[in-house]
Amino acid sequence: MIGQSPLRTFIAHAVLILGILIVTFPIYYTFVASTHTLQTILRPPLPLLPGGQLWNNYSEALFGGIGRIGGVSVGRLLLNTSIMALGVAVGKIFISILSAYAIVFFRFPLRMTFFWLIFITLMLPVEVRILPTYKVMVDLGMIDTYAGLIIPLIASATATLLFRQFFMTIPGELVEAARVDGAGPWRFFFDILLPLSRTNIAALFVILFIYGWTQYLWPLLVTNSNDMNTIVIALRKMVSFADADTEWHLVMVTAMLAIVPPILVVVLMQRWFVRGLVESEK
Amino acid sequence: MATVDLKDVKKVYPGGVEAVKGVSIAIPDKELCVLVGPSGCGKSTLLRMIAGLETISAGTVAIDGKVVNAIGPTERDIAMVFQNYALYPHMKVYDNMAYGLRNRGTPKDEIDSRVRSTAKVLELSALLDRRPRELSGGQRQRVAMGRAIVRNPKVFLFDEPLSNLDAKLRGQMRVEIKNLQRTLGVTSVYVTHDQLEAMTLADILVVMNAGLVEQTGAPLDIYEKPASIFVASFIGAPPMNLLALTGSSSGKTLADGTAIGFAPPETKATTLGFRPEDADVTFNAEALSGALVLPATVEAVEPVGAESFLHCAAGGSRIVVRVSGRATAKPGDQLRVVAKSEKLHWFDQAGKRVD
Repeated sequence: MIGQSPLRTFIAHAVLILGILIVTFPIYYTFVASTHTLQTILRPPLPLLPGGQLWNNYSEALFGGIGRIGGVSVGRLLLNTSIMALGVAVGKIFISILSAYAIVFFRFPLRMTFFWLIFITLMLPVEVRILPTYKVMVDLGMIDTYAGLIIPLIASATATLLFRQFFMTIPGELVEAARVDGAGPWRFFFDILLPLSRTNIAALFVILFIYGWTQYLWPLLVTNSNDMNTIVIALRKMVSFADADTEWHLVMVTAMLAIVPPILVVVLMQRWFVRGLVESEK
Repeated sequence: MATVDLKDVKKVYPGGVEAVKGVSIAIPDKELCVLVGPSGCGKSTLLRMIAGLETISAGTVAIDGKVVNAIGPTERDIAMVFQNYALYPHMKVYDNMAYGLRNRGTPKDEIDSRVRSTAKVLELSALLDRRPRELSGGQRQRVAMGRAIVRNPKVFLFDEPLSNLDAKLRGQMRVEIKNLQRTLGVTSVYVTHDQLEAMTLADILVVMNAGLVEQTGAPLDIYEKPASIFVASFIGAPPMNLLALTGSSSGKTLADGTAIGFAPPETKATTLGFRPEDADVTFNAEALSGALVLPATVEAVEPVGAESFLHCAAGGSRIVVRVSGRATAKPGDQLRVVAKSEKLHWFDQAGKRVD
């Protein structure tokens, strides 16, 4: 129906291409800036084509260390951020799938109370509880540790609710069939529930990884030493108010490198859960 | 291999709803017991209590002579076929069948030989590598059966296993289940709301209503001698014709004033019934002794092929009469329905059979 006539096809493509240009141009421009020397960047106008400093700039950032953030290399920043984002994503999934499992499949006293307690925490984002959380982290000596970066963000009411909703669609007969087949709670969880949840897990992993990767306020508070910074924090620290102090070429390199892992996760996992959607079993 | 004995089993749900109000059934070894009744009669709850999926509020369930009230479904050594098959969607047919054996720690080569031989019996050999979603309804049904058979349990439990199949397949699977159950000789409990399934499958038929057993017995015995009005109207299609009686002990009349012409076997009788196939129609006006004769008006004719059903107004209510072949009567015809007195069923005020 749509796109039958050549004109319609043309308009549809024109709109899409325009959209892509609007989205990608800033990224392209960042890339261009990351391949020029600081002098070129500071002397407007910035060229529209990549310069010849690609190798120099990237190797300096990745392996050399950047002056304004205490000589820490972007490699180290990427490592920190990856550990944090992976820790947050895996931890959130682990904890929320277990709590949802308990809430949906077991009958125990105060079950609904626990459910509502988890539900209520949805109304308490990190920012609201940030002072008490910070105090607890200081008391536990977790400032400037990976645990301090990860643990306060690890509980997730949203993910618990998502898993709960999914578990509630699993037919009771399936649970009973497993019981008759001699599967105890753990076997049921690992043999049946986990394989059935894998598309949900994949989707959540993507969302939560990016959530962890882009965290700003909490890492800013909980890391003092430069070599524990996440890449987002480091980027901010690298930018000074005086233009001359800022190594713009390295900022651009860091910005480019910062978007690579989330893109990789989306691209790799996308294939995975598209397959899951096509197979759509239940 | 095993008997199943229920003694005064009750189920009371939290909140006070009594789903099963004291049921006792004894199922001998190797027999197939069908629990039949309308929805909400407690038949599924009863089955799930035998399976161990529901707790037993009172009474005892014994399998093979051993009371199993306190043990879980795994240790009861039962296998269940569910209404929606409940196959594990992410597992291949082979793994679906092998799962229960694996959980019991059966050696790998034994699992393999048992799965393959069961698959052969059920004609599933070619499908072992498929996932449940790649199978048709009938094939899924077979896999569900296979999953039960492969375990070689003491008791099979069937929870309306054929209700998701189309009519033709249902007929086929019914015969197959019966044959399999007989060959394997495994004691079985089968729940259905379909009285045809109940009649054809059962060794012992248990008709349930509102949490209680209305009647237990061989299917044809129940058909011929229903113990209550409920059983009479539930078993048989179309159901038994039931006519209310009024009047004194000697001269009972029907609701429209027609005298029935002879004394019922029991003065307490307040309802009389006869099966559609136990009556005949005639256009003759002569009186017949020893038979119930009802003037009737034909309201509708249902030709089914080998037989026809005449829906008539008679005795102050509506009745159905089966005539073989094509019916000559047309709607609006006045005729007489004749039922031999020995084919009549009598029920008292409480709905119980009186003879």
